[in-house]
Amino acid sequence: MAQPVELPSKIEVGPVIDEGHSLASVSDKIAGIVIKRKITIGWVFGFLIAFGFLQLLMAGATWLFVKGVGVWGINIPVGWGFAIVNFVWWIGIGHAGTLISAILLLLNQSWRNAINRFAEAMTIFAVMCAGMFPVLHTGRPWLAYWLLPYPNTMWLWPQFRSPLVWDVFAVSTYLTISAVFWYVGLIPDFATLRDSSKQLWKARIYGMLAMGWRSSARHWQRYEKAALLLAGLSTPLVVSVHTVVSFDFAVAQLPGWHTTIFPPYFVAGAIYSGFAMVLTLMIPVRTFYGLEDIITIRHLNNMAKVTLATGMIVGYGYMFEAFFGYYSADIYEKFMIWNRMTGPYAPFYYCLIFCNVITPQFLWIKKLRTTPLILWCISIVVNIGMWLERFVIVITSLHRDFLPSSWGMYWPTRWDWAVYLGTLGLFMTCIFLFVRVLPMITIFELRMLLPGARVKEPVAQ
Amino acid sequence: MSENSDSLNLTSIRTKLDKAKGAGYWRSLDELASVEGFKEFLHREFPRQASEWIDDEGRRNFLKIMGASLALAGLSACTRQPTEFIMPYVEAPEQAIPGKPLFYATAFPVSGIASPVLVEAHEFRPTKVEGNPEHPASMGATDVQAQASILGLYDPDRLQTVNYIGEVRSYPSFLSSFVNILARQQGNQGSGIRILTETVTSPTLYGQMQDVLKLYPDAKWYQWEPTGHGRRMGSQIAFGKYLNPIYKFDQADVVLSIDGNFLGNGPGGVRYARDFVSKRIMRDGATTQSRFYAVETTPTSTGCKADHRQAIKPSEVSGFLQGLTASLNNSAASGPLANSKFYSALVKDLQAAKGRSIVIAGEDQSPEVHARVHFINEMLGNNGHTVVFTQSLEAKPVDQWADLQALVTDLHSGQVELLVIMGGNPVYSAPPELNLRGAIQMAKTRVRLGEHDDETSEICQWNIPMAHAYEAWSDAPAYDGTVSIIQPLIAPLYGGKSAHELLSAFTETPEKSSYLSVRDYWTAKHTGADFETWWKHSVHDGFVRDSAPPAVSASASLAIPRTAIGPAAGSGYDISFHSDPYVLDGRYANNAWLQELPRPITRLTWDNAVLVSRKTAAELKVEDEDRVAIDSNGHTVWGAITVLPGQPDGSIALSLGYGRTRSGRAGNGAGFDVYPLRSASNPYYARGASVRKLGEKFKLAPVQHHFAMEGREPVHAGTIDEFKQDPYFSEKKSELPPKGLTIFPDTWKYEGYAWGMAIDLTACVGCSACVVACQAENNIAVVGKEQVLNTREMHWIRIDRYYKGEPDEPDMYFQPVACVQCEQAPCEVVCPVAATETDAEGLNNMVYNRCVGTRYCSNNCPYKVRRFNFLLFSDWETESTKLQKNPDVTVRSRGVMEKCSYCVQRINYAKITAEKEDRKVRDGEIVPACAAACPSQAIMFGDLNDPKSRVTQWKRHSLNYSLLAELNTRPRTTYLTEIRNPNPEVGKSEKDS
Amino acid sequence: MSAHAIEEIDTLYGLMAEFETAGELVEAARRVKEAGFKNFDAYSPFPIHELDDAMDLHDNRVSLFTLIGGLIGCCGGFGLASWVEAVALPLNIGGRPFISAPMYIPITFECTVLIGGLTAAISMIVMNGLPSPYHPVFNVERFTDASRSKFFLCIESEDPQFDRRQTAGFLESLNPEEVAEVAR
Repeated sequence: MAQPVELPSKIEVGPVIDEGHSLASVSDKIAGIVIKRKITIGWVFGFLIAFGFLQLLMAGATWLFVKGVGVWGINIPVGWGFAIVNFVWWIGIGHAGTLISAILLLLNQSWRNAINRFAEAMTIFAVMCAGMFPVLHTGRPWLAYWLLPYPNTMWLWPQFRSPLVWDVFAVSTYLTISAVFWYVGLIPDFATLRDSSKQLWKARIYGMLAMGWRSSARHWQRYEKAALLLAGLSTPLVVSVHTVVSFDFAVAQLPGWHTTIFPPYFVAGAIYSGFAMVLTLMIPVRTFYGLEDIITIRHLNNMAKVTLATGMIVGYGYMFEAFFGYYSADIYEKFMIWNRMTGPYAPFYYCLIFCNVITPQFLWIKKLRTTPLILWCISIVVNIGMWLERFVIVITSLHRDFLPSSWGMYWPTRWDWAVYLGTLGLFMTCIFLFVRVLPMITIFELRMLLPGARVKEPVAQ
Repeated sequence: MSENSDSLNLTSIRTKLDKAKGAGYWRSLDELASVEGFKEFLHREFPRQASEWIDDEGRRNFLKIMGASLALAGLSACTRQPTEFIMPYVEAPEQAIPGKPLFYATAFPVSGIASPVLVEAHEFRPTKVEGNPEHPASMGATDVQAQASILGLYDPDRLQTVNYIGEVRSYPSFLSSFVNILARQQGNQGSGIRILTETVTSPTLYGQMQDVLKLYPDAKWYQWEPTGHGRRMGSQIAFGKYLNPIYKFDQADVVLSIDGNFLGNGPGGVRYARDFVSKRIMRDGATTQSRFYAVETTPTSTGCKADHRQAIKPSEVSGFLQGLTASLNNSAASGPLANSKFYSALVKDLQAAKGRSIVIAGEDQSPEVHARVHFINEMLGNNGHTVVFTQSLEAKPVDQWADLQALVTDLHSGQVELLVIMGGNPVYSAPPELNLRGAIQMAKTRVRLGEHDDETSEICQWNIPMAHAYEAWSDAPAYDGTVSIIQPLIAPLYGGKSAHELLSAFTETPEKSSYLSVRDYWTAKHTGADFETWWKHSVHDGFVRDSAPPAVSASASLAIPRTAIGPAAGSGYDISFHSDPYVLDGRYANNAWLQELPRPITRLTWDNAVLVSRKTAAELKVEDEDRVAIDSNGHTVWGAITVLPGQPDGSIALSLGYGRTRSGRAGNGAGFDVYPLRSASNPYYARGASVRKLGEKFKLAPVQHHFAMEGREPVHAGTIDEFKQDPYFSEKKSELPPKGLTIFPDTWKYEGYAWGMAIDLTACVGCSACVVACQAENNIAVVGKEQVLNTREMHWIRIDRYYKGEPDEPDMYFQPVACVQCEQAPCEVVCPVAATETDAEGLNNMVYNRCVGTRYCSNNCPYKVRRFNFLLFSDWETESTKLQKNPDVTVRSRGVMEKCSYCVQRINYAKITAEKEDRKVRDGEIVPACAAACPSQAIMFGDLNDPKSRVTQWKRHSLNYSLLAELNTRPRTTYLTEIRNPNPEVGKSEKDS
Repeated sequence: MSAHAIEEIDTLYGLMAEFETAGELVEAARRVKEAGFKNFDAYSPFPIHELDDAMDLHDNRVSLFTLIGGLIGCCGGFGLASWVEAVALPLNIGGRPFISAPMYIPITFECTVLIGGLTAAISMIVMNGLPSPYHPVFNVERFTDASRSKFFLCIESEDPQFDRRQTAGFLESLNPEEVAEVAR
């Protein structure tokens, strides 16, 4: 009875949900966090810090709009700096959410249920942060909407051969579909919140959001179809998004950008950083809200394994970038990789190798995988590493390209930092609000993991 | 307009008028008229508050005033000057059509030597300078200073009013007090009068000066300029008289330059470049090349073009020449370099080319060196053949250093009542030991005619704004003596006065205009019949035909006093002083275009630097941007190091013209002033200087940081032998992708016109005239040092400079790079809004108002020729510079990308003209600004579909190659491989090609 | 009888039985179906696939609409790009042909996913008759547990077989926790 559903006995690191939970208890526990739990001083403190960082974004963006992108460190030849680095980094982080909720759903991985809601939220917030940069980084941000295809009196249209237009489509689609998927997933839980709210106003709000969901079997049937379809569509979508992002570089002819390995290696990198970010957020949250029994060690263990796997793919990518450089017999490629390893930005390169290739190797050790604190530290390192990777790709390729006469350097200004830290603030602010107002775990899917959810074989005649 | 420009403004007048009621009104006008400066106020085309039109209240008052000015028109009428006619170059002004530029021939004198130019005027507003194609000294090209002169005209920091000890006066009020001062001098024959000018070449001015000196026999006139001394005195020493050497590079097979930058600056630079290059280019079937040796105390753009270049310490130059003289006499070689392959080869070549060679000394070299060079030319039989002499172009050539000394003595004697300083900036540029600043203040009345309120104006009581060359009539000879009549293009912007007018102030016709002065002079001088037509033609053409002085024969003797030199070597470092290639002796320090124009060798902007060789740097334990203190001549200056291969060991090169304190917004604080290190006794170089590392950094702003080609070959170069063996040797250097190498078929055919450009690297001498020309033509913004430090300069065309060969004595190459107008442009494909696309004629157009500024195009441009307005770089504030803007070109705002357009405005202008005449555009009808300015005609533009066009010919040449051809971008701009003619015996040529 | 039934339909939505476990609900649903009822529905805090067979619910229209939506997006995407580049704004971009098919693939794909995904979600919501702020089943006190821990089955009064007493009896025979009347 205590043994959870569809759980192969060889899994040794514990169940996806601890014993002693009933349909009622999980519902109350998770809904309770939102509707009963008082706002703690710790939450307020954390929220204020995040909100403070958000103000950096406000200041940074304002100054940027007043003066122009020149307030950043970018120049000719390095036309793209922090803005694009951060854009790619944030998009990458987003990927874990969709991956967990879509791909693992298709693969019928039951352990995803405890973490997908949170991961999806993270996706949406990350994509929000990412989505800002393409607008901010344009020279005339007030005209950024010209990248959208809309009929206008000038009869002008976007140029559909440009990867930046592909970006617009990919990112906006990604944001829309993720949001829809997320909301669809939330409907039954809104119903739960509605029904267990004591205050009328809460019941009203959640009621509105639940659209009058009444857990009818006929609804559930269509609901599951839609969910499955969305998952099916999101899976190629999530792969395509970072592929398109990688096209920003791969389609250009710059040595260090123009390479066929980019799409797979970007996607892997995205999942890598995404899972790292989920860990970074989940580990503290499960402790603060006492969810160790729902987000169990097994979840951490699995995520660590995914991180390790994708980390290896990324490492393989680095290896082959270097190999291609050498093997291409192309003087520019050769120089580019050599410059990465020995040029003025070499420290960044080695730092990234350490963060993304060395560090994950610790995850081979089960003890470390199952020790939340260490796992958390590793996840932080990985996040930094993935940011560095984007920095190295964008900057070192640009700063020394074909003609030595036009080589230059790029160093970020305080405004580069303000905007970057600002988006971190925005992200955390959203997370803090999210854990307070929405069930951070999909309750109805969790219920399905419970023994009580099993249907005994009806008596045969 | 600046506030202090006029004590009287509309408000004050209005208050007066408001007091006046009804019938009293007219009477009050008379009151008004008596207010000082009110007349002047009426003379002005528009009273300052033209903006009054906007608010209703103000407008009514404004009309009152205008009414008043009408009423007072009569008042001003009595002082009307006779009408002055100036001649448009192509069309008479009455045919002037708005929107259609007119060209006027005139000249821009630089220390007395005229660059003949055509000035383009839009609605009588000068906007651009071109060379005068009919003038032998220009042949259509210009140098950097002439191109930048147009910005000098609109320089907002020019002195804008007459003022007396800081307070604003009117010119008439100056005249009245000036007359009084003169009256006092009448008695003592003007013995209290001293006039200090720069080198005077203007015949008219000289005539006037003589009149003045007739009136005041005891008055003294001194001339002094900080540079150009060597050439003047050199001929004096060698020939016993002042002569003006003219070199015929088109007839020279061997050229030896002693520190000479004859392809860059100096008199005749433009023509010399043209002639020199004519003996170097491999086009139209040429198979031979002149050979060029350079011996330099610091690398110059000219030296970069040498087949063999030798660095030499300034103190060794004289010794080297003595040795050379001996060797050419076939006596034992001695002196520096004597036992180098270079030397023996040089001697052999010179001896082999007697009468067909040129030895030329640099502007900054001492008279002694110039004299020795004259003598060597004499020995080689060049004088009279490749080097011809005319009598000096200077009206009254003198030993200017003696003049300066004399002036100082006079001043110290305390008997100077009136000192008039016309032009120049002696307080800034004179050697410190003369303490000119102190001495000048000993004169009772000090009158200064100057363009700026500069270091010298600071200590003068009367400051008269000087009219710019384009604001007043004058005349000046070109390098060959051909006289140009300088006609004004625009009435003085700030009521400036010319030297002619100031000299008239000494006479009984104190208000005589420069027009009358010049015209009277030539009326008197003119012999032939019908002066009027002659005058019209001369003014129209921009020069007086056959006014060049005849060649004089002269034989050089070698009775040369060794000029005094500093302490013996070994006790320190040599310093060689050079006038900056752009701001020269500092006179153009406030010209932002010149400040931001990268120096040809160091590629530095906005600063001068302490140039040292790698070895010397190692000795001093310094690297780039280390601040050092240099002690010499009992003074110390602080500057930043730039390590420069090709600089002689143990010698540092410093350029004059920096560290100005009162030049204006652009010049102030740029670089450091090295004049204190120059001694009056030997201003050409110093010895025994000590250099101290200060352990701090000073940021320098070069536009190029990497000078090695890194194993790539952006510049294709080879020797003439390689070329003879295989004319196609250069093509083999680049691997061309097969035409079919694309998943897309070649969809685009270019029928009709297909514009293209070819650049001959052999011809490019790196003078940068094209860069300034482009800046002027295309309204390119100046960004300032801070932005250049972040590599955000905006020049559409840049001249890359590369090293090749051994690090200490590298070969140097120039490569002008602008947008190459790819047919398969990487920039276009990545633009998300189609803000850049190829048009039917193959131009890669940049659509500014569609650009949203993603900078993706620039990232994807392998040539990195695109420029981005990271901030609001264009100047939307300064009123005066707005006048310079070319109305045919958009002034870009912040956040948009820009780049070379092949001067599309000129292309369209020509196409429209052709269409109106129902014909095709002729070859050579369209000349982009860069090509037009290029002294050596290195840039050719035209229609690639026209098999007969010159550009097609160029591109058919076996030496033609595309930059980064392997990327298959199919650029419309291609290059002709640089061919050099090294002496096989030296064998250090093209080591690694 | 019929008049009586009408009057009942106005006041009574149906009869609701509450069950403890999913198993019981599935069993009950199967029995109700066998008993020939048409208008009835089961309510559970999570989807129970066994119910689909028990009540034989096989509505595949969501998938169909999604497919159609996806196809529209697909053609729309490629169509838009090609039309813009070839008809609306035909320019020479880097010497590429008007229809640079390979470069329009990303657009095509993203549009497919966008339209497809949206139709999936919207068609599900619409076909479920959502949003429906009011529904009679909410009148049952204990129904709040439907979204928490309990399982319900409601036979609606529209059903031709429906009879207040008999149906109540029938439901009782399925041994539920309790049977409640659902007012309109």
